[in-house]
Amino acid sequence: MSPASATAQHDAPVVPVAPTGLWSWITTTDHKRIGLLYGFTAVFFFLVGGLEALVIRLQLGAPGNSVVSAETYNQLFTMHGTTMIFLAVMPLSSAFFNYIIPLQIGARDVAFPRLNAFSYWVFLAGGLLLNASFVAGPLFGADRLSVAPNGGWFGYANLTSSLQYSPGPNIDFWVLGLQILGIASLAAGFNFITTILNLRAPGMKLMRMPVFTWMSLVTQFLVVTAFPVITVGLVFLMLDRIFGTTFYNVSAGGDVVLWQHLFWLFGHPEVYIIILPAMGVVSEVLPTFSRKPLFGYAIVVYSGVLIGVMGWGVWAHHMFSTGLGPVADTVFSATTMLIAVPTGVKIFNWIATMWGGRLHLTTSMWFAVAFISSFIIGGLSGVMHSSPPADLQQTDTYFVVAHFHYVLFGGAVQGLFAGVYYWWPKIFGHRLKEGVGKLHFWLMFVGMNLTFFPMHFSGLLGMPRRIYTYGPELGLGMLNLMSTVGAFLTGLSLLVFVYNAWSSRREPRVGKNPWAAATLEWAVSSPPPVYNFSVLPTVTSRLPLWTEHGVSEIPDTPPGPIHVPGGSHWPLMTALGILVIAVGALLHHHFVPSLVTVLAGLGVVVVSVYRWAFEPFEV
Amino acid sequence: MGSVFSRRPGAARPVSWLAAGALILILAGCSGDPYPQSTLHPAADMSGAIDWLYRQIVWWAVAVFVVVQAALVVTVIRFRRRANQPEPKHVYGNTLAEVTWTLAPAVILVFIAVPTIQTIFRVSGRASPGALQVEVIGHQWWWEFRYPELGLVTANELHLPQGREVALAITSADVIHSFWAPRLHGKRDALPGRTTRLAFTPDSAGTFLGQCAEFCGESHANMRLRVVVQPAADFEAWAARQAESPAVDSTAALQVAGLEAFRRIRDPGQHTCIACHTIAGVSGGVAGPNLTHVGSRQTIAGGTLPNDSAGLARWLRNAPGEKPGSLMPKIALSDDEVAALVAYLRSRQ
Amino acid sequence: MSHAAAAHYTSTGLDSRKIAFWTFIGSECLLFGSLIATYLVYEGRSVSGPTTHEILNIPLTSVSTFDLLLSSLMMVLALAAVQRGDRLWARVWLAATALLGAIFLGFQAFEFTHFVHEGLGFTTNLFGSTFFTLTGFHGGHVFVGVVWLLTLLVRSFQGKLGPEKAMNVEIAGLYWHFVDVVWIVIFTVVYLIQTTPLPAS
Repeated sequence: MSPASATAQHDAPVVPVAPTGLWSWITTTDHKRIGLLYGFTAVFFFLVGGLEALVIRLQLGAPGNSVVSAETYNQLFTMHGTTMIFLAVMPLSSAFFNYIIPLQIGARDVAFPRLNAFSYWVFLAGGLLLNASFVAGPLFGADRLSVAPNGGWFGYANLTSSLQYSPGPNIDFWVLGLQILGIASLAAGFNFITTILNLRAPGMKLMRMPVFTWMSLVTQFLVVTAFPVITVGLVFLMLDRIFGTTFYNVSAGGDVVLWQHLFWLFGHPEVYIIILPAMGVVSEVLPTFSRKPLFGYAIVVYSGVLIGVMGWGVWAHHMFSTGLGPVADTVFSATTMLIAVPTGVKIFNWIATMWGGRLHLTTSMWFAVAFISSFIIGGLSGVMHSSPPADLQQTDTYFVVAHFHYVLFGGAVQGLFAGVYYWWPKIFGHRLKEGVGKLHFWLMFVGMNLTFFPMHFSGLLGMPRRIYTYGPELGLGMLNLMSTVGAFLTGLSLLVFVYNAWSSRREPRVGKNPWAAATLEWAVSSPPPVYNFSVLPTVTSRLPLWTEHGVSEIPDTPPGPIHVPGGSHWPLMTALGILVIAVGALLHHHFVPSLVTVLAGLGVVVVSVYRWAFEPFEV
Repeated sequence: MGSVFSRRPGAARPVSWLAAGALILILAGCSGDPYPQSTLHPAADMSGAIDWLYRQIVWWAVAVFVVVQAALVVTVIRFRRRANQPEPKHVYGNTLAEVTWTLAPAVILVFIAVPTIQTIFRVSGRASPGALQVEVIGHQWWWEFRYPELGLVTANELHLPQGREVALAITSADVIHSFWAPRLHGKRDALPGRTTRLAFTPDSAGTFLGQCAEFCGESHANMRLRVVVQPAADFEAWAARQAESPAVDSTAALQVAGLEAFRRIRDPGQHTCIACHTIAGVSGGVAGPNLTHVGSRQTIAGGTLPNDSAGLARWLRNAPGEKPGSLMPKIALSDDEVAALVAYLRSRQ
Repeated sequence: MSHAAAAHYTSTGLDSRKIAFWTFIGSECLLFGSLIATYLVYEGRSVSGPTTHEILNIPLTSVSTFDLLLSSLMMVLALAAVQRGDRLWARVWLAATALLGAIFLGFQAFEFTHFVHEGLGFTTNLFGSTFFTLTGFHGGHVFVGVVWLLTLLVRSFQGKLGPEKAMNVEIAGLYWHFVDVVWIVIFTVVYLIQTTPLPAS
């Protein structure tokens, strides 16, 4: 694809515009398009994960129910967790990393646009592979249609590592799907760290960056350090299953707890990977709609960095019931309690931001306020978990299900929806409808609380997690019914959102800065031109648009020629090759077809990487 | 939709209703029986210690919850945009405030940490020398209990003497399980290749429900257990009966037929009862629960079916139907065989 | 600023590719760190099969270690040659690095087949599983490095590896030195500091 750039002879430079057509989307390297691709895919998978949740809640709505079988239920809760974490929330955050970060730092794109595209296509491949398992049963000689992963999103060995306890391809789909998704995340991590460190506009010192970009930077550091650990754990799992190695083989002297250590060394930073971007969003939304700056910017930034670093020291608090011993229990209890301090500080800084402000209670603002309300609940139940003896009653029950849904849904999802409503006009050129938005918000807020608050009680009153049914003698039918009703309310709110997205298409167009916000993305048109900034701005303030001369003038049309990189199909081809390798690995029970497929995929990857490396491509 | 919520402290309302409902549920939980697996109604020293610790923490949590939610609600109401207001002053921070709300949570955490650490060492599973030793072995999807000092082996129903410390040595024969009887203690994972420990003294007599608390495969939900705490004399009597292995009553024709059906060699091999089950004096299979005294238990099938004729018959006819994935297969039994087996098994008291 | 200036503007003054590659190396540290940690946790816990004392050949592996260290020197010389535009010596040193890397892989192949003949396979015991996975990952990285170097060599022969392309060689060098450092750690931890209890004699 030839770049659309001007030649020097013309009087007025040709202004680049975004290409159109399906091929231009398949080969796009534009961070804004990649952000949109992530966003739509994430919302799609969010609905899939939500449907899984609704079936789960239908099954649990009454004791002794038989809406689904035990095997189906186990697949549903495994896929619900895996989908929500890896295919919905993380990609939705990625949508914002992609679209917003370059705009916030005054750059034209990310450091490696093709690598960026590659991340998206690999993510899509992973999501498709995981979900293909729902209909792949016949291909593997199973007696049912679905061979979806059924070992939980945390896949504890040796249940998952042994072909005796997990026969069939279910866990293979899970291991390979996660490995593919890990590649996508790692590539994006390298890309965004470089982008944020190296492509900031002149004058944008690190301590002048918007908090969303800061939290995203910390998140990416967590990604590139945590994902390799689970990669290793998953490799061991795969080798045990495919070749019969002994990593989690107890009779050979292996230790099943090794899996837990490797998994949670990744798993705890992972939850900060999930929450920090949403905290960043909230830190943008609250000041904008309070009409005053974030209270204690430096503390909010430092506490985010601290959370990222300290998040590495708490992992075994997921393992208090495994008998680590009182000394280890004490150490991890202490580190876990300590991490509550920087987390709590943010809550107070956010409230102080609103205090004394002039609050515009838009839908986005309501979601940000609800984030605080829900996150404090999730944080407090987290503190309760940090005490190992108390945790022995709470872990592996619905109490912890309540805890993490309050931080994941009440926190991350509501925070990201605040971002959706906030940045929608920037991305699409019009606002989402406010009336419908408020309906979405209240249904979601009430639904979410109705679903998860009772779970604190069903947990403390004796309901373990990951059970497809429970006996009537436990007395937990009413609490479960409340959660089921709440879940359907929440599902309804999602439909309202989808309706809002669709029916807002004809809303009035907006200008550059419909919310009168302070950060750089609001200095360009809505949506931005394909090249983002006609000239790269110079910044002298943390709040460029709220400060007189905070940012240099950005003309509406470029004064000189701007080169916009063209597209490339090699990122997609490389992703396809990786998918083929994974499919080959799935066939490991049939040696020759498996080897041939793996080699074919490897061949596609190698050729594609070489073509990618040597094609002419100018950033 | 706007008017009901927008002029009120909307964010607080649903939450405060739920909080009130929660309080009612907590208090209801205190009356025990409606919630037989409750963690809030302890019947042993350790669960009592944990419950005490939990209450210390939860009141701090409630206090912080109230303060923060109130601050949020007050802020949203008080600083709601009104007409003809000037733009607010830009405030960037306040060191005193920030130090205060960094230190205050840290201080609260100290109040939580100190009792926590004390309790950690208390519940660490070390028992005193005179404790009753019990081995707990998790299987997919049933619990094996062995009393090495008493020479007893049973399944799914753990009998303990009231007022005497018990030392549980917990492991698994296959995948990770977790032993959990909430009214007596927190949970402890059962790990293959390792032994973990719980130690506690039950202080009330009664039957306490529990279940496996670590996902262990298809029928994880069906891996339940009962702990029967008895006054010391009753426990001794139970143990004595468990140590005997009476022969079948030769005058009871149905029971004799049942013993025959139990011993019958069937095809395929895993349909043969004696291949997997032990009845002292009759068979020595170890893949399934020890049935020597199966008739004396309150439940069968990993605590999921009542131990009566109907329950036994359902289980015998179609174990995988009752417990998906069950290693006990569906065995082709005639109605006569079922009736005979039921009579025989119920006689194993 | 003008487009030309904008295209080359960086906040740190460093090439973006170099920054990205360092983040990649950071992630690789965690990757190899997890593999090495697992090896250490399982050392001495195999319940059967050959142990480290019976099978590791320190003198032989010292030679291959030296070979890899020498290859890092070759890499340094190759980068210097590219930076000063010395086409001949750039090719010599690049080829030398790749050759030494290939020789290292030859040593690994010999060692692995020898171990299998001695009864230590991938699935034999904990030692086999952890050893082959750890050294296998490392060997795979060396292989990728050799391919990379050969690619650069071909580019040089095509006249496309002048001083303006020195950053490509510098990054390949970063990768190569990293792989060498990982090997030093593996050699030390696996071969030199064996903590498996000695068999009672």
